[in-house]
This record gives sequence, C-alpha cells and structure tokens, in this order.
Amino acid sequence: MTAVDFSTTFSNAWFPTPVFTASGCASSGKELAQFFPLKDIGAVVTKSIMNKARLGRATPRMAETPSGMLNSIGLQGPGIDTFIEKDIPWLVEQKARIIVSIAGETIEEYSTLARKLRSVSGISAIEVNISCPNVENRGLVFACDPEASKKVIDGVRRTIGGELPIIAKLSPDVTDIVSIARGVVDAGADGIALINTVLGMVINLSTMRPHLGGKTGGLSGPAIRPIAIRAIYQVHAAIPNIPILGMGGVASGRDAFEMILAGASAVSVGTASFGNPMAIPHIQEELKTLLEEKGFKQIKDAIGYAHRIEEAHE
Amino acid sequence: MSTINRNAAQLRATIVGNKLVGQYHQILISVGDLVDKCKPGNFVAISVGGDSSKMILRRAFAISRVAQSTSFGGTMELIVAPHGQGSKWLCAQPEGAVIDLVAPLGSAFGIPTEPVQVLLVGGGYGSAPLFGLAEVLKSRGCKVDMLLGASTAGKIYAPMEGKRSVNSLRIYTEDGSMGIAGKVTDPISQLISDLDVAVIYSCGPMGMLAAISAITADKDVVHQCAVEESMACGIGICMTCVLPVRNEDNSISMLRSCIDGPVMDGSNVLWDLVGKNPTVTQ
Repeated sequence: MTAVDFSTTFSNAWFPTPVFTASGCASSGKELAQFFPLKDIGAVVTKSIMNKARLGRATPRMAETPSGMLNSIGLQGPGIDTFIEKDIPWLVEQKARIIVSIAGETIEEYSTLARKLRSVSGISAIEVNISCPNVENRGLVFACDPEASKKVIDGVRRTIGGELPIIAKLSPDVTDIVSIARGVVDAGADGIALINTVLGMVINLSTMRPHLGGKTGGLSGPAIRPIAIRAIYQVHAAIPNIPILGMGGVASGRDAFEMILAGASAVSVGTASFGNPMAIPHIQEELKTLLEEKGFKQIKDAIGYAHRIEEAHE
Repeated sequence: MSTINRNAAQLRATIVGNKLVGQYHQILISVGDLVDKCKPGNFVAISVGGDSSKMILRRAFAISRVAQSTSFGGTMELIVAPHGQGSKWLCAQPEGAVIDLVAPLGSAFGIPTEPVQVLLVGGGYGSAPLFGLAEVLKSRGCKVDMLLGASTAGKIYAPMEGKRSVNSLRIYTEDGSMGIAGKVTDPISQLISDLDVAVIYSCGPMGMLAAISAITADKDVVHQCAVEESMACGIGICMTCVLPVRNEDNSISMLRSCIDGPVMDGSNVLWDLVGKNPTVTQ
C-alpha cells in the first residue's frame, strides 16, 4: 500500500527492498527465518565463506561495549562445498535473494571460491570480504593494502565478472578509503560494501589482560555508525555511479535513511539483529514510512541526496 | 548442527513478581501459553535498559520454572543475580513493567524413559532450573537426589518448596558457612556407586561442569550439563557462544551453546580446549 518504489539495484541484480542482512550476522539464514520470512527482506548476505571448514577463534569471542560490541569469531564456517550443497538450496527454497560473502587467506582462494560459485543458481551477487579484522596476521587484511585489494577483485572478476555483480567489502581502518575504493572499482568491482567492523580491544579488569580470545576484535553497533556514514559519504562523493551497500550500526529506519542519504543504494543490518530478531523487518517498515513522509517517490531519488548542491527537490 | 528451538517466539511480557531471595531476585513474568512450550533447561533472552539504552545486546537467563497461576495465567520464573549492568536493570524492574523477551531458547534436559535414579548438581544460582527439572523427573517416577554448592551460604539458592520434589538435598559451601564444608563435587563419585545413579544433571560454573565430566568419564552414567558461555544474540546468529565438542568421527566442532546447548552431553564437551584455539581436524 505504498507509493514509494522500494526496489534497488546493484549492477544487474535487482532487490525488492533496500534492507539486507549483514554478513556474519545472520548465520546462513535459518535462525532468523523463525521470526520472519526471508523473502520479505531485500536479501540475505551470508556469512563469509572460505574454501575449507574453519573452527574460528577461541572464546571469549564477544564483549559488549557502550552502544556496540566487539566480536572475534574468526570466520567459523563449514567451507564452500558444504555451504553450496546445504545452505544455498535452503535459501533458494525460501525464495530469498542471496548475496554470498566470500573470504580467503590468499588471492587465489578468492578466485577458487568465485569459480565454485559460478555454476550455482539462485545467487544475486557476490560480496568479496577483503576486510575481516579477525585474522591472525594484519597483513592479511587485503583491504588495508590498495594493491592486494585490486589483485583480489581482479582475480574474482576474471572468474565471474559480467555474470554476477561483485561487491567489494572494505575496512574503515585505512588512511584513505577513497583510494582503496577507486582501486577495487578499477579492478572490476561493480559495487562497494562499507564498512566492515572497526578493529578494537577491551581489557578485562579481573585478569588484567585482553578480554577476547583473539585479543583484538571488530567493533560493531551504533557506536560505529558515524564512521560508516562518513566513509559512505566520501566514497559516494568520489565515485557517485558505483552502488554502495552501506552497513555499520544501522538499528532503525532513520539510521537506514541516513545511510541512503549519504550514498548507500542498500543497507545491511547486523548487530541490531542480535538485540532484536525482528530488527530487519522493523527497519524496513520505518524506512518506508520515512521515505513517504519526506516525499520520495522512489528510493533511487534518496540515494546520495545529502550531496545535492542546490535545492532541486520540490 | 542443530536448529533453533522451533517454539522460540518474541513477545512483550509483564513482570508480575520481583522479590529478593537471599542474594538473588526471583522474577515472575506473565507469558501466557508460551509456558506450555518451555522445558527445563531452556532459556530466555531479554532486552535490557529500555529503548535508548547503550546496552544493545539481550541477556540470557535460564528459565527456572514455569507455572499456570489463577491470577496471572502462564508465568515464567527466573532467578537472577544482579551482577552486571543488564541483570541489575532487570532486577530493578517493578511489578507491572513490560519487557521484551525471546523464549523458549536452546535445548532441554532429556528425561529418562525409565524411572531411574538421578542426581542433580547445582552451583550457585545454577541450581534454579534444577528444581523445575526435579518436579518433572519425580512425576516420571525417577528417584531424585540433589547436591547444591557455592563459595558461601549467601550464594546458595534453595527455595523451601523446591525441596519437596527431591529425595535428599545436601548443601556444600567452600567456606563452611552452610551445610558441609567442601566442594559440591566431592561426594559425587561415592554417590554414583552408592545410589546406582543413571543420570547426572548439572548446572553451574564451567569448572564444576568440567569436574563432573572428569568424574563420570570412566563410569556408566550419563552427564547432562547446562553450559553457560557469554552470548550476544541467544538465537544462533552471532557465533560467539561456542564450545569445542567432539563429534562421533573424532573431529571437533565449535557448537553454539544457544542452539546445540545449553544442555549438552558433558562427555562430548572438550573442557580442556575451552578458551583455547582449536584446530581443524577434518
């Protein structure tokens, strides 16, 4: 019953709504499906999948912080083969739009993952996670190195470029996010996901040592939202024609709207689902109402609206 | 891997009772027909701090028991220790306050099909869900004996009415301020043979659960323990509350204590690896 056209696109992928799950915050979808039909949201972005099964990091893996939390999971997962065999068909059955997030330890692993996904039907796009902070060697965070970022995306593009949109997920822990974004776009990324978690640490006052098993963790939640808004704004200003999947602390419709105004074509909701399993459908409804109230006829008109130079809106 | 408790639902519910029992708060929540879905061992995840709170994560509490009352309908009882900011907020909620909860979550204690001898072991307020469990076990004809332990008397949770369902109740405190001085795990080995215990149910700190698993390792007794690991979501999506568990093929899985637990077979949990970096054995 809404006049707003809520649909959004990333290259050739179409989504009925601009609110998605965030990678690593919805497992593979089954758990949230207990609370709402997955086909009702824009897309399910799966947890980042690697080539082999992975147990992840030691516990404690979590620390709540003011308006946020640190996590140190370390990409626990079943490996791509089991994932393709079990998780994808289930999501397809749910009629969910699927964005598969992939993560690798080497540039070659990303290409391998892309190749394995090439023949799988029912996938809307690939999110290339080159920015997970929970790896043993910070040198492995490809997104902190412009050259490594480009090489990963180039490898994925050679494998599936033109078939599935490639969305490169970047880290905010860099000096110049715009140059990293330009690099991955030049290498063939069709979209950019901003932002991954921010590297952080909590020290336990009982043990007087780092609290997390992995010592450092990724900060998420409303605490990092202004960082995400800033990164999205900067990248959209520099490369306005590349769609951005925005994420980082979105917990309400107003947060999602803010991100879209900054330049996001869609938003992923992660940590908010931990606090409220119904967060995504709620955010979606609130966003729709806000867009209506502000007089937007289609979401496309609101994307990057904060960048306008003159008052063109009637 | 298992799946989320099929009965889990989110609802806004009213607190209908909040009283101090020793060092703990006994909180009674009106949840209607949801009580029919709650089994001993299940837990509830509660939103804390109100809408503008900086606490963004739910807090998980074991459901200590459920009941049908004439004045409030279906009620869920929680025994809460006001330790952290979240539990302190919950304990400060007055009767009539409305809270947002998700329940029932997690696995439940398995009930024997035969009327066997069982031993219930609780540490601190971990004893809370054991009283509801004792009622169910007794109604199935099981003979129920119970051991409760804590560091000191004030941390023992043992309501008068709870004692009705058990054949015997022994209390252990490390400082000797109540019951027998010593650890609750001290008599277990002897009791297993004396009483011919078939199943041990335990709930309490990780160290206690690990110690019971060590005691039962070479004995023909099943050990069902309710684990406690810090969790962000309670519904299986955050992957923080994992425990290393040995699979049948000897490989290791990091299982979510919110979905594959909290009740787990103690003999499968690799207690020595908790908090350590596991390696893929597949």
